[in-house]
Amino acid sequence: MGVGDWVRSWPVYRQLTGTDRLGRGAAARSRRSAELTPRTASADRVVGSVCPFCAVGCAQKVYVKDERVIQIEGNPDSPISRGRLCPKGSASKQLVTGPQRQEHVLYRAPYASEWQRLDLDTAMDMVAERVLDARRRGWQDRDEQGRTLRRTMGLAGLGGATLDNEENHLVKKLFTALGAVQIENQARI
Amino acid sequence: MNADCIVIMGSNMAEAHPVGFQWVMEAKARGAEVIHVDPRFTRTSALADLHVPLRAGTDVAFLGGVIKYILDNDLDFREYVTAYTNASFLVDERYVDTEDLDGLFSGYDPETGSYDRSSWQYEGVDAEGADGVRAKEQSSSYEAGAGGAPLEGVGEGVASDPTLEHPRCVFQILRRHFARYTPEVVSTICGVPVDRFLRVCRAWTENSGRERTTALVYSVGWTQHTTGPQNVRAGSIIQLLLGNIGRPGGGVYALRGHANIQGSTDIPTLFNLLPGYLPMPDTSHENLAAYLENIRGKDQKGFWYNADAYTVSLLKEYWGEKATPENDFCFDYLPRINGDHATYRTVMDMVEGRVFGYFLLGQNPAVGSAHGHLQRMAMANLDWVVVRDLAMIESATFWKDSPEIETGEIVPEKCRTEVFFFPAASHVEKSGTFTQTQRMVQWRDQAVEPRGDQRSELWFFHRLGVLLRERLAGSTDERDRPLLDLAWDYAMEGDEPSAEDVLRRINGIDLRTGKPVNGYPELRADGTTSSGCWLYSGVFADGVNQAARRRSHLEQEAYDLEWGWTWPLNRRVLYNRASADPEGRPWSERKALVWWDAEKGEWTGHDVPDFERAKPPDYRPPAGAVGPEALRGDDPFIMQADGKAWLFAPSGLVDGPLPTHYEPHESPVRNLLYGQQGSPARKVYGRPDNPSNPAPPEPNLDVFPFVFTASRLTEHHTAGGMSRQVPYLAELQPALFVEVSPELATERGLAHLGWAHVVTSRGAVDARVVVTDRMTPLRLPDRVLHQVWMPYHFGQSGVVRGDVVNDLIGVVVDPNVFIQESKVLTCDVQPGRRPRGRALLEYLEGYRRRAGVTEETGTRIATAGRLDPPAHTERT
Repeated sequence: MGVGDWVRSWPVYRQLTGTDRLGRGAAARSRRSAELTPRTASADRVVGSVCPFCAVGCAQKVYVKDERVIQIEGNPDSPISRGRLCPKGSASKQLVTGPQRQEHVLYRAPYASEWQRLDLDTAMDMVAERVLDARRRGWQDRDEQGRTLRRTMGLAGLGGATLDNEENHLVKKLFTALGAVQIENQARI
Repeated sequence: MNADCIVIMGSNMAEAHPVGFQWVMEAKARGAEVIHVDPRFTRTSALADLHVPLRAGTDVAFLGGVIKYILDNDLDFREYVTAYTNASFLVDERYVDTEDLDGLFSGYDPETGSYDRSSWQYEGVDAEGADGVRAKEQSSSYEAGAGGAPLEGVGEGVASDPTLEHPRCVFQILRRHFARYTPEVVSTICGVPVDRFLRVCRAWTENSGRERTTALVYSVGWTQHTTGPQNVRAGSIIQLLLGNIGRPGGGVYALRGHANIQGSTDIPTLFNLLPGYLPMPDTSHENLAAYLENIRGKDQKGFWYNADAYTVSLLKEYWGEKATPENDFCFDYLPRINGDHATYRTVMDMVEGRVFGYFLLGQNPAVGSAHGHLQRMAMANLDWVVVRDLAMIESATFWKDSPEIETGEIVPEKCRTEVFFFPAASHVEKSGTFTQTQRMVQWRDQAVEPRGDQRSELWFFHRLGVLLRERLAGSTDERDRPLLDLAWDYAMEGDEPSAEDVLRRINGIDLRTGKPVNGYPELRADGTTSSGCWLYSGVFADGVNQAARRRSHLEQEAYDLEWGWTWPLNRRVLYNRASADPEGRPWSERKALVWWDAEKGEWTGHDVPDFERAKPPDYRPPAGAVGPEALRGDDPFIMQADGKAWLFAPSGLVDGPLPTHYEPHESPVRNLLYGQQGSPARKVYGRPDNPSNPAPPEPNLDVFPFVFTASRLTEHHTAGGMSRQVPYLAELQPALFVEVSPELATERGLAHLGWAHVVTSRGAVDARVVVTDRMTPLRLPDRVLHQVWMPYHFGQSGVVRGDVVNDLIGVVVDPNVFIQESKVLTCDVQPGRRPRGRALLEYLEGYRRRAGVTEETGTRIATAGRLDPPAHTERT
């Protein structure tokens, strides 16, 4: 770089001689800032999604690199949100990648004062056993007038309203087949 | 965005639905007037043209006043009202109104606190399901599904007076019912100055009619009341009188609060519903025929008549080839309900030891359900709880860090509950659909795989089903047949069912060809089609996942019909046939939406017509027609048994055919209009662990003198499980606070940003004080009434913590849908922090003693016309 180029690369020089007299645009740019790119630009892929908080249904673009979520932004194509997200939607990368996310099954035994780790398959087996036991103990074939009940009152459920339609379909179908009726949802609340 | 005026009531839309609120602002920029009616001045009020503070829980009085204003000044859209509503229909002569029974409708039984609804019917029409006791026990507004209870005899037309002059026609009943809801009465009850009330009336009516439309927006500020559905009904009556339903810029917008809460009612996990608003069968339904007879009338109009096709198709999706015409399509495999099995009743049954296991799926009732203490005591009395969530939440740790540990009510070494915590997959770690607040189903693609033990609910419930069926394989027990015969054969992607295949099966399949059906009109009752939810039929039309369509709005017309998919059949505005006049012409060019194209012989327009495409406006049904065929060419309300919108609801509601002003369950004010103080049909649970604060005519009102209400902040989400754990959001709203007016701060000695605690007969919670004139003291004739407000997102874990506001709230529910009254109660506010440990229990006991609270308090619900109404406690 010659002396002239060096002087011309100086921000104050550019501010005084260029169009950016307030030094808030081109004059303030350095080589480093000129070369910065958003991390979204280096994503391996962009996946279409929907914000999981309120019911407006803002569209999200999920940026993935090396099989990790690196950014979540609003999708400007959406006729609902036109690319906008509120503070919660904007924080949803932290929601899905933050350290609060649990990765392991935990089990609290009766009368215990701490959690213990449990293998996923073992836990599933234990739950299946308990479901059948609670179902049996709460089973009712008929009411006092002899009318069909065919149900269990030993089991209950409360679903959040961030479950997918497909998930709710399986939840309702399985519990109905088990005879469990006290299966409820945030929609009651 | 097409509205000329937007009335927001019972909603803080700017705060709770901020991105949706951009469309309100867009309309405002185009000249629309924005009105916010709400107890508190909020972020929504700040952007509105007019804010009207009112006393929490007096919405029906306010809206009733608007109805009277419309009727007194002949401001209704008469052609619309006459043609499209039941205004002209005559009501049974046995019907007696609240004006003549001191706040009760005919048919009330104070012993059961419920109505025999037979006198509310149209003249000469029979309705099913008039049994009030059963109805109140089973939340039976949904008993008959989305169409309301069946009506017999409407096929031939109901007795009517098109001049609207007959004293028993709905229009005249409406006039008499609201005759006393004058501006002065509204002002006294609601605490709203007369001129502000009249300004709302003028804006609403001047911006409605042929050329103009007004939109009405509400949220849970309307629903979480003992009169919740009646608040919505009152708003709907106004919108119908003004011709604002089915038209661009009109409508009643229920802003729902969770990503898939609309879907959670459409494809429900609710005790009284099957998918598509089909009711759960009860003990009176011996077989499929009896069940269907209860849902639909033999000669009723409309698409609800096809409930047989919807039901059989559902049974075919549940039990596949095992469901045959010979075995009633396995109808008998369905469990039967015979009472209140809703979440609050169930929690009380847990306390009683009648329930053994509990699944919590992305739900945190220890913080998020009313009466947090009752919720936690219930969980501590279970054999086991399964918690599935993204992060550790209070409902998983109640045994070691709940407030009851401090008071000694839960002792870890004595608590036997087994707790299983399963980490869940997040919204980006699985594919599937959410249904947003305007019924639009939107597909999410999976972005990444979940880690470790994180799994979706789809994986969990599919796997659980597999394990249960393995264990029961070979069982000869009749009770295991439904599980063993279940069609559990979804296409798999690895060890997880394909969400797309599940959606396809929800859409429905033509079993003769194996192809997806294109819409619910294709569903059949003969077992040749299956569908997991008839309302969603069409989401997989042409074999394409329509919910995954993402054509940019920049490339589409105004109704964006190629983004996502809206039920039913991608129709964006429900009942949009009403946007055209009876002859099929738009009411005005400015408000054109769909219209009849006589040349082509079909309905056309900007939206997909919510009407049979080829049925001309002058179509008249042949004699004896039923179902869709019986709908006239000018019957826009195609799901209704009479094709009309209901100003007066002859059936479907258990607490009255018209909204009536009742005071909240806990109120410091006597009902000005009637001897009947609160809703006479509300469901109370009088028991020692669910005390109520006294309300008139009970004494000791000065112990809990203030009105309490609670709601959301933008920066947190519901019970906090998805926001208190997120550092950005925690930083934005770091602490629980209580908003009080400067006058109340002075009265109680509360310092801005200092500590105070709020007390009810259930609990006491600490909060930082925010002294603000966002809270307006209400000037009632005999006193000044203070209201306080709190956000409810806090709990004992997460990055930011605080007391559980739901610990203040007791359980009393509306009788139609069993939603709790958490938007209004009474409370006390004191400076400084609350007592802790055992001292807290003594402190609350002191309050209850001074207020004379027993388990009977608040349960003598029939206060009209008798001195000694019966108490409705769990003992009686």
